[in-house]
Amino acid sequence: MFRGFSFVPADTKIDFVRLRTISWVVSALLTVVPLFLVWSVGLNFGIDFQGGTLIEIKTKESTADLASIRSRINALNIGEVQIQEFGAPDNVLIRIAAQPTEQEQQASIGKVKQALGEGVEYRRVEVVGPTISNELIAGGTVAVVVAMLGILIYVWFRFEWQFAVAAIASLIHDVTGTIGVYALLQLEFNLSSIAAILTIIGYSLNDKVVIFDRIRENLRKYRRMPLVELLNLSINETLSRTTLTHVTTFLAMLPFLIVGGEAIYGFALAMCWGIVIGAYSSIFVAAPLQLILGVKRDAFTKSGESTRAGAAARV
Amino acid sequence: MLHFQRWKVILVWGIVLVGFLLALPNLFSPSTLAGLPSWLPHKQVNLGLDLQGGAHLLYQLEEKEVVEDWLKTVRSDARDALRGAKPAIGYTDLAQNSATRSVSVKIRNAADFDKALAALKKLSVSVGGNVFSNFSGSDLDVEKSGDNEVTLTITDVGLNQRMGAAIQASIETIRRRVDQLGTTEPIIQREGRNRILVQVPGIQDVERLKNLIGETGKLEFKLVDPSADASQVASSKRVPTGDELVYGEETPPVPYVLKDEVLLTGQNLVDAQASFDQRTGEPVVTFRFDAAGAKRFGKITQENVGLPFAVLLDNKVITAPRINEPILGGTGQISGNFTVERANDLAVLLRSGALPAKLTPIEERTVGASLGADSIASGKKAALMGLALVVIFMFAAYSLFGLFANLALLINIALIFGVLSLMGATLTLPGIAGIVLTIGIAVDANVLINERIREEIRSGKSPVASIEAGYTRAMATIIDSNVTTLISTLVLFWLGSGAVRGFAVTLTVGIFASLFTAVTVTRMMVAYWLRRWRPTLVPI
Repeated sequence: MFRGFSFVPADTKIDFVRLRTISWVVSALLTVVPLFLVWSVGLNFGIDFQGGTLIEIKTKESTADLASIRSRINALNIGEVQIQEFGAPDNVLIRIAAQPTEQEQQASIGKVKQALGEGVEYRRVEVVGPTISNELIAGGTVAVVVAMLGILIYVWFRFEWQFAVAAIASLIHDVTGTIGVYALLQLEFNLSSIAAILTIIGYSLNDKVVIFDRIRENLRKYRRMPLVELLNLSINETLSRTTLTHVTTFLAMLPFLIVGGEAIYGFALAMCWGIVIGAYSSIFVAAPLQLILGVKRDAFTKSGESTRAGAAARV
Repeated sequence: MLHFQRWKVILVWGIVLVGFLLALPNLFSPSTLAGLPSWLPHKQVNLGLDLQGGAHLLYQLEEKEVVEDWLKTVRSDARDALRGAKPAIGYTDLAQNSATRSVSVKIRNAADFDKALAALKKLSVSVGGNVFSNFSGSDLDVEKSGDNEVTLTITDVGLNQRMGAAIQASIETIRRRVDQLGTTEPIIQREGRNRILVQVPGIQDVERLKNLIGETGKLEFKLVDPSADASQVASSKRVPTGDELVYGEETPPVPYVLKDEVLLTGQNLVDAQASFDQRTGEPVVTFRFDAAGAKRFGKITQENVGLPFAVLLDNKVITAPRINEPILGGTGQISGNFTVERANDLAVLLRSGALPAKLTPIEERTVGASLGADSIASGKKAALMGLALVVIFMFAAYSLFGLFANLALLINIALIFGVLSLMGATLTLPGIAGIVLTIGIAVDANVLINERIREEIRSGKSPVASIEAGYTRAMATIIDSNVTTLISTLVLFWLGSGAVRGFAVTLTVGIFASLFTAVTVTRMMVAYWLRRWRPTLVPI
C-alpha cells in the first residue's frame, strides 16, 4: 500500500516572518485598495440592500431579443432599468430601480409583465421594498460585527488578548479583501454575500486558531527560543495542515463556481476567494502580528495553564 | 485507544445506522416511498422555495389605518356616550387627530364637565393584563385637556394590543383565502410587530395569490341618492351633504353618488358562492345573510322598492341594481360583468371576511418551478463533483487514513441528511453549499489528526503511540476551530432569514455531525485496523 503523498515536505523551513516587510505591504494593499474601490467605484448593491425589482425570464425564442425587451420596458418610464443576458441566451435578467412607494413598486411589476406579453416564462420575481432594504442593511452590518465580537471574546478567553487582536485584525483584512473582489468585479452584493462573508470569517478563523494553538504549545515547549524563530517554526509545522485543509475546501467549493449555475455563482466566487485570502492571512498576518503585539510567554507557563489548554500535555 | 467498550461500539454504529435509515427516504420518489413498509422512516428533507419554486410574500399591516379606524369608532362612541347620558350632555368640536392618535371634544356647559368626563372614562378598557406582563393598562387615556375639553388618546399598550389582534385576525383571514387555492402547506405567520409572512410552495399563479391577499374584502351595501346627477357631481366635485362620491370598478370608472350611511356589511354574510345567473348565464356571486342581516336587508328593500342601491367592495362600486321587489329571504346575488375567475375570487373574499386593515406588500420573492429544478440539478452536480475531488485528494494525501476519513465523510453526509429530515429542516441552494463546506470542515478534522500522527511518527514513536497521541493532541485544536465556526454560524441563524437561515442550519448540523464522524468514527475504524493487522508501519 502506498503511503500518502506529502504535499508539503516535513522539513519545510520557510522564513515567513522575514518576509513580513513584503507581506505587510501586500496586506495593507489588500485592506486599503478595496476600501478605495468601494469609495470610488462602489459596490453593486443588489435589490436586497437597495430596494427594487428583479425579474428573471426565459423567452420562447432560443435567443432573447434584448434590444426589443429593452425598448418595450424603457417605454414604461419606470426609472432606471438594467437588462442583461443571464446564464443562457434565452434567459434575461431585468432589474428595476426602487420605486418611491411600495404601491408603485407593485404596480411596476404588473406593467412589466404586460409589456413583455405572453410566451414569457417567469423564472424568478423578487421585489424588495424600501422598508425591508433598510432593515437588511442594518441587519447585515450587525451580523458581521456581532460575529467578530463573539470571536474576539472566545479567542481572548481561550488564548491571550494578543491573539484575539491578531485574529480580529486578520479577519478585518479578509473581510475587506473579499468586499474588494465584489467591488472590483462588480458582483452583486446581496444577502448571500453577507452569508459568504460570515462563513469566511468563521472558516478563516478556524485556521488562525490552529496556528495559535501551535504557537502556544511551542511557547511552552521552547522557553528560550527567540520569538521570530518560534513563530516561523509554528507556521512551518502547521503548513502542511494549512495547505491541505485549504486545498480540500477549495476543491469542494470549486465545482459550485464552475457548474453551480448563476444563482450561486457570486456566493461560490466569494467563498473560493475567501479560502485563498484566509490562508494568506493566517500565515502572513495573524502569526507575524504576534511580533508587534509582543505576546508574553509567561502567560502560558503559569501553573494550571496546561490543564486549561488540553493539548499541552508535554511528552 | 485500541480498546473501545462494547456498548460504545454498539452506540456509535447504532447512531450511524439510524442516520442512514433517516437519510434513506431522500433517495426515493414520493410514489416509491409510499410503497415502503411503514416501520421505515418516510420523512424527506423539505426543499426550500428556491429549489421547489413558490412564493414568499411579506406584508405590512398599516398601523395608520388601524389607528384611523379606531379613532372613528372612538369618536362615534364618544358621541353616543354624551348623547346617551341622562340628561344628554351638550358638546361641540368633536374631532379626531391621527397625528396625536386622539379624539377631543368640548363640553358646552361647565356644570356638566365632571359628568361628561366620567361618561367618557367608561370608554376606556383595560388591556394586556396578565401577571407576567408589565405592559398592562387601559387602551385609552381620557383626560381633561383644557377649558371644558376632554381628550381621549390611544395608549401604546392599547395600540399594541389592537395591532396584535389585527395581525391575528389578518392571519386567519389570509389562511382562509389561501386555502381556497388548494396549495399544500402554506406558511402564514407573524413577523415582528406588524408584519405577516406568507410562503406558498409550488404555487404557479402568484398574481392571483397576491390579488387574494391584497384586497381588504370589505363589503358594504349603501343606497344611491336618486336626486343627485352623478356625472355632474363628479365634474363639479360638489357633493351634497350626507352623500359621498364613489367610483365603480370598471375603466374608465363610473361615478356614483351614494348616501353616506352603511346599511349592511360583509360581517352579516354567512355564505357566498360563485355561480351563474339563471337567465343570462353570466357569472355571478350569490350570498346569504345571517338572521339579523336578512331582517335588515328585507326591511331596507321593502322601504326602497324602485330605487337603486350599491354593493361596494373596498370602497368601489361593483354593482348598483334597482330594487325590483322586497328581498325577504336573506339571499341575493351580485352581478357585475365578472369573469368566472373573478366571481370565484370574489366569493372567496366574501366568505373569508374582510381584513381589519390594508396589507401592503413590502417584500416578494417568487421562484418558478423550472428555475428550482435547474438549481437542484446544478447544485447536485456541483456537490457530487466537489465530493469526488475531496475524496480523491484525501486518498492521495493520506492513503489508508485518507480512506478512513472518506468513509467517515460519507457517514457524515448521511447523518446530515438524516438529521435534516428528522428536524423537517428546509434545504436551500446555499444549504447545499453549506453541506459542501461541511465536507471541507469534516476532512479538516482528519487532516489535523493525520498531520499530528505524521509528526509523532517522525519523532520516532511506535505506530500505536503515534496514533494515540495524534488523536488526543489534535482534539483541543479541533474543538477550538469548530467553536469559532459555530459562532459565526449562530449569528447567521439569528439574523438571517429564508435561504441564509437554511445555510446556517445545514452548517450547524454539519459541524456537529463532523465532530462525531471525523473524530469518533474514524478512531474506531483505526482501532479496528490496528487490532486486526498489528501493523509495524503506518501508511500515512
